[in-house]
Amino acid sequence: MSRLLVRNGRVIDPVQGIDELMDILIEDGRIAKLAREIKAADAPELDAEGLVVAPGFIDLHSHLREPGYEYKETIETGCLAAAAGGFTAVCCMANTNPVNDEPAVTRYIMEKANRAGAVKVYPIGALSKGCKGEELAEIGEMVQAGAVAISDSPNPVANSLLMRRALEYCKSFDVPMIVHPQDELLSDRGAMHEGRVSTRIGLRGMPAAAEEAFVARDILLAEFTGGRLHLGHLSTAGSVEAIRVAKARGSRVTCEVSAHHFSLTDEDVAGSNYDPQWKMNPPLRTDDDRRAIIEGIADGTIDAIVSDHAPHHQDEKEMDFADAPFGISALETAVSLALDRLVRPGVIDVSALVRLMSVTPARIVGVPGGSLAEGSPGDLTVLDLERSVTVDPASFVSKGRNTPFGGVTLQGGPAATVVGGRVVWRAEG
Amino acid sequence: MGIEPATALAGKDLVGIATLEAGEIQLLLDTAEQLLEVARRPIKKVPALRGMTVVNLFMEPSTRTRFSFEVAEKRLSADTLNFSSSTSSVTKGETLFDTARNLMAMAPDFIVIRHPNTGAPHRLAGVVSASVINAGDGSNEHPTQALLDAFTIRRHFGSLEGLTVVIAGDIRHSRVARSNAFLLTKMGAKVRFSAPASLLPVEVEELQAEAYHRLEPALEGADAVMMLRIQMERQKKLNFPSMREYYDFFALTPERLRLAKEGALVMHPGPMNRGVEIDSEVADGDQSVILEQVTNGVAIRMAILYLLAGGKSESAAGS
Repeated sequence: MSRLLVRNGRVIDPVQGIDELMDILIEDGRIAKLAREIKAADAPELDAEGLVVAPGFIDLHSHLREPGYEYKETIETGCLAAAAGGFTAVCCMANTNPVNDEPAVTRYIMEKANRAGAVKVYPIGALSKGCKGEELAEIGEMVQAGAVAISDSPNPVANSLLMRRALEYCKSFDVPMIVHPQDELLSDRGAMHEGRVSTRIGLRGMPAAAEEAFVARDILLAEFTGGRLHLGHLSTAGSVEAIRVAKARGSRVTCEVSAHHFSLTDEDVAGSNYDPQWKMNPPLRTDDDRRAIIEGIADGTIDAIVSDHAPHHQDEKEMDFADAPFGISALETAVSLALDRLVRPGVIDVSALVRLMSVTPARIVGVPGGSLAEGSPGDLTVLDLERSVTVDPASFVSKGRNTPFGGVTLQGGPAATVVGGRVVWRAEG
Repeated sequence: MGIEPATALAGKDLVGIATLEAGEIQLLLDTAEQLLEVARRPIKKVPALRGMTVVNLFMEPSTRTRFSFEVAEKRLSADTLNFSSSTSSVTKGETLFDTARNLMAMAPDFIVIRHPNTGAPHRLAGVVSASVINAGDGSNEHPTQALLDAFTIRRHFGSLEGLTVVIAGDIRHSRVARSNAFLLTKMGAKVRFSAPASLLPVEVEELQAEAYHRLEPALEGADAVMMLRIQMERQKKLNFPSMREYYDFFALTPERLRLAKEGALVMHPGPMNRGVEIDSEVADGDQSVILEQVTNGVAIRMAILYLLAGGKSESAAGS
């Protein structure tokens, strides 16, 4: 029988309303006991004194790149990066090569993840064949093979009829559709947010309306069809407001934001001197948008915080802004950003963060976890709220070193990651 | 005229007007004034850049800017290397930084770069020791064009301060319009952008320009009118319906020109679409300074090379 005793941590489980110093005993990969003091003399121990112990964080939005783009990231390096970033599970997007649009690819990803043996990997199946937005992929087959959600992200679903049909069809399999809301005709080859800064620095812009128009469309289609819609990485004030209004009238839609969208703005793009480390899609928006996202996090409009991990090879960022690909390597910075930008200034407390990164993500994709109740998976994210973390891309576990946060010091970060009762990562020192 | 010329350019490079001070612009214009005379000599050459190497790296088609730079370089006795490619490096599998490293292995003193994408010269400037001169980057800046335009205007009015300059046409992605707006406003002129809103950038006030959706009101009281080339590719048909309609409502015609101040300058960075954005009668008329712009372009580019090489303004044309 494998066991792990996590001692003296500040245990936070929002579902059970727990926030107190406790020990946790994990047996055979599951939570066996929670108590003030547990005696288990023969069990290996993890000393969590001064640390927060929470149900494992689940990233709803990662690109692990394998199969096909192993030069950017492999499932193994992505899983190790997730562990080092404080995640016990990642949901990986389907835009690999071949695309995860059939069960053989789904199974391949799961086998690779099992072999990597760090964190849990939940594949997301493509919505359409080849993520091309033309015809439905074999959603049922992929769900049967282990896919937990359906998405063409980063491709938007341009065709409104396909969007409707997919929402309807997914109801047979009870999986959510995760969308990247963006009208690409309107975003028109833009490389950053369209507004004052794009006009000033001369980069092609994509307007907030390109996102908001699709957010509105998708909410309406979800309400009309009764399908399960999860809006991916929202970036604008208008999107947050649209969700707020929809939820107020009882809509079941859920949504997420990435850590960089509440941390940076388009002014940071201007300050970068055209460095594509600041290029992402959706783009960094204005400070008003950033504040609206934080407000949406604080008032519960936003359901989840994700990494939107999009690793690229260094060569691909040694380009001018327009030629470089979108995205940042984010698994190893998302949790620290959330702690530094949200918890430290008191926007939310740690318990709310656990909801945003563990409890609700587990519910959205319907996977075990998000709770420390007895019998739950022995997956723990251990946080050090005091630790000062200086982001050093050269020491990333991920193959992707592309980050705009290099050299930035953040307060708070993961201290250890436990998956199935096994310590898969521990902070040095 | 309150702007004192600087004694030298502050940076190693000239990547845009946005990062220049008014005094530096003044210095460039004053230096060009002295170098203009070289073109009138029997032997059109000064030895200022003798022994120096200039790489002309044109990643986007260009004839007049490339020629103008080459003439400027040769009149300063520099050795020139030309590299033209209509495809950006990425399609060949080489990164911008690879290109930079390869060029630096040949130890050039200057790299003149034209690139289809915004910010490429800025990125290049950060990784090479040579002086980088932006000959046009994407939809961002075309600083040498703006300098030659300002130079042309200043030669007619003596100063830029207090003038009203209209820039009309496809402004949204125009590096010429942007560099001109930066430059003219820094030098105390007023800039009006005139175009249907479908051809204007959002938040135009960020460029300190006033937006006009019709040409007529923009022209009232204008000292100079700069018409930009209208491109009529398939995608642009979303921006305006036809050449005919464009001409009917937005072209500079003799009638419309009369709305500007008497003797207002007519300018165009070229190449012109006669009968689309500009009527031939205006383009070839008394008020047109379009060919002067071309002549002045050489002097401006000489001034930039000369000053970046560390030359002093007062001895610019000395031999």
